[in-house]
Amino acid sequence: MAGSGKAHLRPADEVLIQVEDLVVEFPAAKKRTVKAVSGISLDVKAGETLGLVGESGCGKSTVARSLIQLPPPKSGSVVVNGVELTDLSEQGVRPHRTQLQMIFQDPISSLNPRRRVADIVAEPLRVWGPHGEEEQIEIVDRMLHAVGLDPEVARDKRPHEFSGGQCQRISIARSLVLGPKVLICDEPVSALDVSVQAQILNLLRDLKAEYGLTLVFIAHDLAVVKNVSDLVAVMYLGKLCEVAEPDDLYANAAHPYTSLLLESIPEPDPAAIIDETVDLVGEVPSSIDPPSGCRFRTRCSHATEKCANEEPQMREVSAGHHVACHHPLVAVAG
Amino acid sequence: MSKSSGGTWAPSMLRRGPRNAEQMFPGSSGKSWFGNWFGKMPWLTKLCFLWLILVILAAALADLIPGLADPNYQGFVFGDGKTNEGPTASHWLGTDNVSRDILARLIYGARVSLIFAFSLVAIGIIVGGTLGSIAGYFRGLLETFLMALVDTWLSFPALIGLVFITTMLGMRNLLVLVLVGAVFVWPSYTRIARATALSVSGQDFVTAARAIGTSRKRILVREIFPNVLPALLAYSLVGLPVLIILESTLSFLGLGVEIPTASWGGMINQARQDLLINIWPAVWPAVTLFMTVYSFNNLADWVRTQAATRSAAI
Amino acid sequence: MGGSEILRVEDLHTSFFLPIGELQAVRGVSFSLKRGRSLGIVGESGSGKTVLARSIMCLNLGSNVKTSGSAFFDGRDLLALSRREMRRLWGTEIAMIFQDPMTSLNPMVKIGRQVIEHLRQHKNVNRREAKQTALDLLNEVRIPEAESRIDRLPHELSGGMRQRVSIASALACEPSLLFADEPTTALDVTVQHQILNLLSREQRQRNMTMVMVTHDLGVIAGRTDDTLVMYAGKVVEQASTDEIFEKTQHPYTEALMRSIPRTSQASHTPLAAITGRPPVATHLPAGCAFSLRCPYVQPKCHEEDPPLVSIGTSGHKSACWYPVGSDANREAFERNLSDRLPQTLAVAESLGADQSPGIPADLPDGGIA
Repeated sequence: MAGSGKAHLRPADEVLIQVEDLVVEFPAAKKRTVKAVSGISLDVKAGETLGLVGESGCGKSTVARSLIQLPPPKSGSVVVNGVELTDLSEQGVRPHRTQLQMIFQDPISSLNPRRRVADIVAEPLRVWGPHGEEEQIEIVDRMLHAVGLDPEVARDKRPHEFSGGQCQRISIARSLVLGPKVLICDEPVSALDVSVQAQILNLLRDLKAEYGLTLVFIAHDLAVVKNVSDLVAVMYLGKLCEVAEPDDLYANAAHPYTSLLLESIPEPDPAAIIDETVDLVGEVPSSIDPPSGCRFRTRCSHATEKCANEEPQMREVSAGHHVACHHPLVAVAG
Repeated sequence: MSKSSGGTWAPSMLRRGPRNAEQMFPGSSGKSWFGNWFGKMPWLTKLCFLWLILVILAAALADLIPGLADPNYQGFVFGDGKTNEGPTASHWLGTDNVSRDILARLIYGARVSLIFAFSLVAIGIIVGGTLGSIAGYFRGLLETFLMALVDTWLSFPALIGLVFITTMLGMRNLLVLVLVGAVFVWPSYTRIARATALSVSGQDFVTAARAIGTSRKRILVREIFPNVLPALLAYSLVGLPVLIILESTLSFLGLGVEIPTASWGGMINQARQDLLINIWPAVWPAVTLFMTVYSFNNLADWVRTQAATRSAAI
Repeated sequence: MGGSEILRVEDLHTSFFLPIGELQAVRGVSFSLKRGRSLGIVGESGSGKTVLARSIMCLNLGSNVKTSGSAFFDGRDLLALSRREMRRLWGTEIAMIFQDPMTSLNPMVKIGRQVIEHLRQHKNVNRREAKQTALDLLNEVRIPEAESRIDRLPHELSGGMRQRVSIASALACEPSLLFADEPTTALDVTVQHQILNLLSREQRQRNMTMVMVTHDLGVIAGRTDDTLVMYAGKVVEQASTDEIFEKTQHPYTEALMRSIPRTSQASHTPLAAITGRPPVATHLPAGCAFSLRCPYVQPKCHEEDPPLVSIGTSGHKSACWYPVGSDANREAFERNLSDRLPQTLAVAESLGADQSPGIPADLPDGGIA
């Protein structure tokens, strides 16, 4: 895996967000760098939900944060609604952030523990809005109601008085008060109880429909990603492996890594066949010194010499399905 | 097979969470906040708390206490008081060796100690807290410079510096002591503030604030500082008794507020002269000092335990 | 069908006495486990599953904890043993692996030494033998280049490797009962798969009895023989793992299964979420703890807490007045539907207009996608 290439991108006039050749690196000890994201290109259409999935260290969260330039990428372009964000300074980016909101994995630490919920949700309005006091209250109440919380009860309480699921609702309310076009969800349900996950996923789906949002949904849980996404991108060690529509991806995985991921999912089905041969140690290599060529080759049973020498590029497998692999599991079109 | 009954329901509403207050917050319809809190203190801590309230109120309202003698009035000189007298009706705790009322001096002395301690703590929190928050949030050169300054500053011996400067200035009233003390107190608060600000800055809600497009100044004021404050307050709770003892030590050595201003340390010092005749002029201030410092420490311990148990999850 | 009974828990209660009140973490759990079988204990946070495992092993420290009841291990009541007697059992006959390998391994001690010390404490072996056994164990848990890794510190290894070291250490003295407390929750899914396979293999090879505590129904499916489902400190359903999935009896288990997204579903399938929030252990409702969220709730559920009883002969137990699949359950559903109870309406809507509540709409029909 470890792919580059833009074969999977759609024409620029059709998409709301376009990311090209994104590179993000962080300094590590002893003057080395962590190559968190190494040349990723993605796009998202208006009203679409892009699911970004991968295991720890793949760089999916970094991609999400680079979209809002927190931190700004080392190189590459991020175009949102026609505006090239990487060209702007920190001050220049700020107004554009109102269109790109984000919710985070840990619901409790996403909220300032010293402030009341009403203030937390109203904060974006206070920073940007010409809204008067009364109008602010009205918007906040409406938003709290929209996420399923009773404004009368919730407004004066502090975050620690709420459960994880409720805190996540408050986070969502806060992110929507400015009416953004895009909502980036960084593992929004991973820290929640199973029975609450479904509530929040349903809520996000309802809000997306109600407010016409575009979602970028990051998760490590493949079942969750399949459920919410219109398009899924699989990442590994800073590179893109495969991009496809969820039903197609899960039924006809072309990349060996995707296939490995799918086999590893513990299915809550007693009749599911568990592959017990997967016992060998194969773990994610370090992102400071990633393997040459295809970064997945060290764990891939189909790897050949070509994989070590040449980095695979994205190629089309079928309509809307692209893979970056020299030896994909499904024949490449054309 | 069952048939669902007719009628319309709003599907999206039903998918949302619970609605009424008791369902949302089980157990929240409980007792009031303060009563709950005071009631849970162990009896000793309750006593300490009440003692501190008494001392603070007495010191604050000293001028309004009816019948309280003038702490500097030396009755002996005017023929209507005795020196080193035991407790009497007009002097509840007796008089000192120049016939000043001990009780009045204790109360006014409390003023000195408390003002000294609380002022320095306030200055520490405001100055140290602000500088530390800025350093911890912005990082970079500013942080390096500030922390280097703090480290250097902290290596000066505070006590010696304090005494030296006040001697050089020639003045030793409370204001001067506080200002000079402030010079030595701000670095430790800055350090704590910076460490806390560092960890707070890493939290998601700060990233969320940046993602909203909040200005840096607003983030500092609204997100960082309020979360740095609890750590500073906790530190102050320990700092208060230390500062009270510091002030008393200085007064005892004759290096604190100038006589004849009443202060506990000064009272103990003065009582040394006639210690063999009457120990009470020494005992009363010593006991008051001890009880006040102990009360602060006891209360601080309890607050810390409360904070710890609340955050300990199962 | 397994051998003799190795563990029998009777009416276990564990409470924590906190400043905010008494927290009843485990409220009367009883079950028995045969030798060589594997048991899964499933529940969400606050269900009491971890506290249950630790109570059986007597690992709850602190003066504000109180455990009552009995846990018979090979005939001996663990809860009645002294600390010294427990110490003889810990690590030798009963072992535990924990969720976070970073904190369950001493960060200052090399990994080899952790295993070796464990061995030498309980068995009479000299240094050389212990080191050899440790190496063998590390190889058995498939740590590559064990000879060189044996001298590494935990933080130099990845999460999956650390968990393997924990397992090696736990297996060192060949325990007959192994508790695994969320062993893979903190790991990536591919590593999780490896570790679970490793545990299954070790359990089979050593004919060990294993108890796996987890919140993930997928982890126990196909890997455990029996399952306990816990909610608010009680066991609400107990059966063989296959029956838990195929013949679900308790409304909570049913609701849980319906609300989990699965890769076998098409994308954008609406999820049947459980309304309400998980129970707060210090403020449990009267009667059945699930009554506030149950689509089949009836007045009796608010008044009396249902006992765990057997229905039929297969040993399948559930704690519900109106178990799923029974006529009483269907009637309760109808009644609630006509009363327009919100949680029932939500369930009906997610099932579609003409389906019976007893048959969950989206259970997979076997095989994986």
